[in-house]
Amino acid sequence: MGSTEGMGICHSYAPDGRCISLLKVLLTNFCQYDCLYCVNRVTSNVPRARFTVDEVVQLTLDFYRRNCIEGLFLSSGIIQSPDYTMEQVVEVARVLREEHDFRGYIHLKTIPDASPELMQRAGRYADRLSINIELPTAEGLTALAPEKDSAAIDRSMARMAVHIGESRAARKEQAAQAIVSMPQSRTTRRASAPLFAPGGQSTQMIVGADATDDRTILATSARLYGTHRLRRVYYSAFSPIPDAARALPLAAPPTVREHRLYQADWLMRFYGFTHDEIVPPSQGNPGSQAGMLALDVDPKLAWALAHRERFPVNLNTAPRELLLRVPGFGVQTVDRLLAARRVRRLRHADLARLHVPLKKVLPFVEAADYRPGRALEAVDLAAQLAPPPVQRSLF
Amino acid sequence: MARDTCFSTAIRPEPVEGLHHGHIPASTGSARTGGEDAQATEASASQRHTITLAHPTDWHGFRTAARALVQAHVPPHAVDWRCQADAAEDLFAPEPAASNTLPPPAPGALTLRVPPDFVRLCGQQLILHRDPARFALMYRLLWRMAQGGSEAEAARHDPLDADRLLAHHMARAVARDMHKMHAFVRFRPVVEPDGQTVHMAWFEPDHYITVANAGFFIRRFTQMRWAILTPDASVRWDGQQLHTGPGAQRSDAPPPDAGEALWLTYYRHIFNPARLKMGMMKKEMPTRYWHNLPEAALITELAQTAHERSAQMVAAGPTTPRKAIAPLRPDRSRDRG
Repeated sequence: MGSTEGMGICHSYAPDGRCISLLKVLLTNFCQYDCLYCVNRVTSNVPRARFTVDEVVQLTLDFYRRNCIEGLFLSSGIIQSPDYTMEQVVEVARVLREEHDFRGYIHLKTIPDASPELMQRAGRYADRLSINIELPTAEGLTALAPEKDSAAIDRSMARMAVHIGESRAARKEQAAQAIVSMPQSRTTRRASAPLFAPGGQSTQMIVGADATDDRTILATSARLYGTHRLRRVYYSAFSPIPDAARALPLAAPPTVREHRLYQADWLMRFYGFTHDEIVPPSQGNPGSQAGMLALDVDPKLAWALAHRERFPVNLNTAPRELLLRVPGFGVQTVDRLLAARRVRRLRHADLARLHVPLKKVLPFVEAADYRPGRALEAVDLAAQLAPPPVQRSLF
Repeated sequence: MARDTCFSTAIRPEPVEGLHHGHIPASTGSARTGGEDAQATEASASQRHTITLAHPTDWHGFRTAARALVQAHVPPHAVDWRCQADAAEDLFAPEPAASNTLPPPAPGALTLRVPPDFVRLCGQQLILHRDPARFALMYRLLWRMAQGGSEAEAARHDPLDADRLLAHHMARAVARDMHKMHAFVRFRPVVEPDGQTVHMAWFEPDHYITVANAGFFIRRFTQMRWAILTPDASVRWDGQQLHTGPGAQRSDAPPPDAGEALWLTYYRHIFNPARLKMGMMKKEMPTRYWHNLPEAALITELAQTAHERSAQMVAAGPTTPRKAIAPLRPDRSRDRG
């Protein structure tokens, strides 16, 4: 039963605006580790429980048949030993795949200290594997999660990247080799090379639990995307938990900062920005702290305001890379502009038809019948383009 | 540039009789001589044509009629498109919708070639839109493509052309509706008299997507027997074959069952009260879907208590750490989320 096609589907949304696409559970919340940011750390008084392998399997299948989920995201507290825990997690995936022929999505959270053989088995059953890097710096990890070892996390990610790469290369090579058969013989098909986590690997980083700045966070992400070929880095604003640790005071989660980090992450992955140009080392902007992304404007607009000499960009002649740098233009918008300008000259009215935020775009572009004039030089351009202050909602 | 394909198997001058098949009832077409043919074309280009399609997603009927109209040089403003269901409700309908009289092709009409993307856009997306103007839009684009010159150039290649933009927005709306149907259909198991379990769902899509969307559910739930009921149409999969039927009513679908309670428990616990963000949620899960989603009944309560719960966590402050792991309590199954 089940299918995994292209994009994942969000089957529901929680009132926190986040997508519910997978049954996201812990096999157990018993844990021997003492990570200060975690509600299930060994020193917390939270009630403990444990699922059997079969309970998780049945729950997954039942929710799946109801079309409530795309699959399973399984993680676990560390019990007995990392290997024992990992074995249990992999067993759930094995039963789903081999005994129930489940073809939905499976994401397994792997434990960096578990043996490479278990990791290899996990990759056979899962669509995606992930190891949480937890904190952007090794020092942060030592301070807040004393049992975790950033070198081990790095080694595991590297090993996983090798397996994923090898499996992809093997399948590609096999697909390229045509089978030569005798004339009039039945057409035959070779068994395909085994998959290893076809959805790649991802990780999660906690934002706001320690004092790391955005520049360091983005540098860490860029390294993960570059060296370990991660598909996604998830940023998770540190949020109040019941039974908090004394060493880690609670506050409202920095959700705006988290949002800006995701925007910066997108700029790195789809817009050709490098991590060190998004947050310059010495921030000239008076409105923001050094090494941090501005909270009042998005990172692309902030970059454009700081690099006005690169603008205006001519819609009819500029290359794709430059159009992608215009605030308010998304990848799709740019592609449609490029297609349209092959048949004619682009004008001011075309921008209105595209439903782009005109106020934000116009100072930075010129068209056949439009020039921004001196708008770019205005000292208060940032203030004009920043969203008006809003009163915090009561609910 | 994509290679053009024929708008149908062949858009060539062909005998009038050849155009009448499928859903379009045959008119009184008969063999004409060349001279009469030209006169008939002159007349058909200037007179108004009303095309009645068999059902709202009658792609075959639309294609047959559109092909004949373009080849008879009938401009878009001279064609009225409607479905049989609309025609029955229209008091001022000129005549009972029994037959479409399609004009003969103009002499020397050429084979019309259009991009394959355009055929897919119309046949798989635009025709499923609920807007009655969809047929006129599709015909207008086709007509412009047939005209040649800058009009055709814009209709074919300019993504910012007004008609193409409109088509793009309508296709996006249909694609979104199909995606939301994949996401928000909720099956409930029902045991049939023969002892087999059927998973039933009630759903209200914005557009005529039910049948076109069945493939996704067939691929995903191949071994299950399931049925999706909607106001426009219903589809039923028996494990081997898809059966399509007329629209249904909400009361035909089963009420909540005990198993659904587990899903509600999960939904309640996956929500983080410290991050309430209703705007984002409503953008992705618009309120018009809520009355068919079992978990939506929890939203108001979760949202109202969120601030209080979050403030309590902050105010409670740290607890005295305990080194020993608390013993497993067998009765706390509701904390498992």
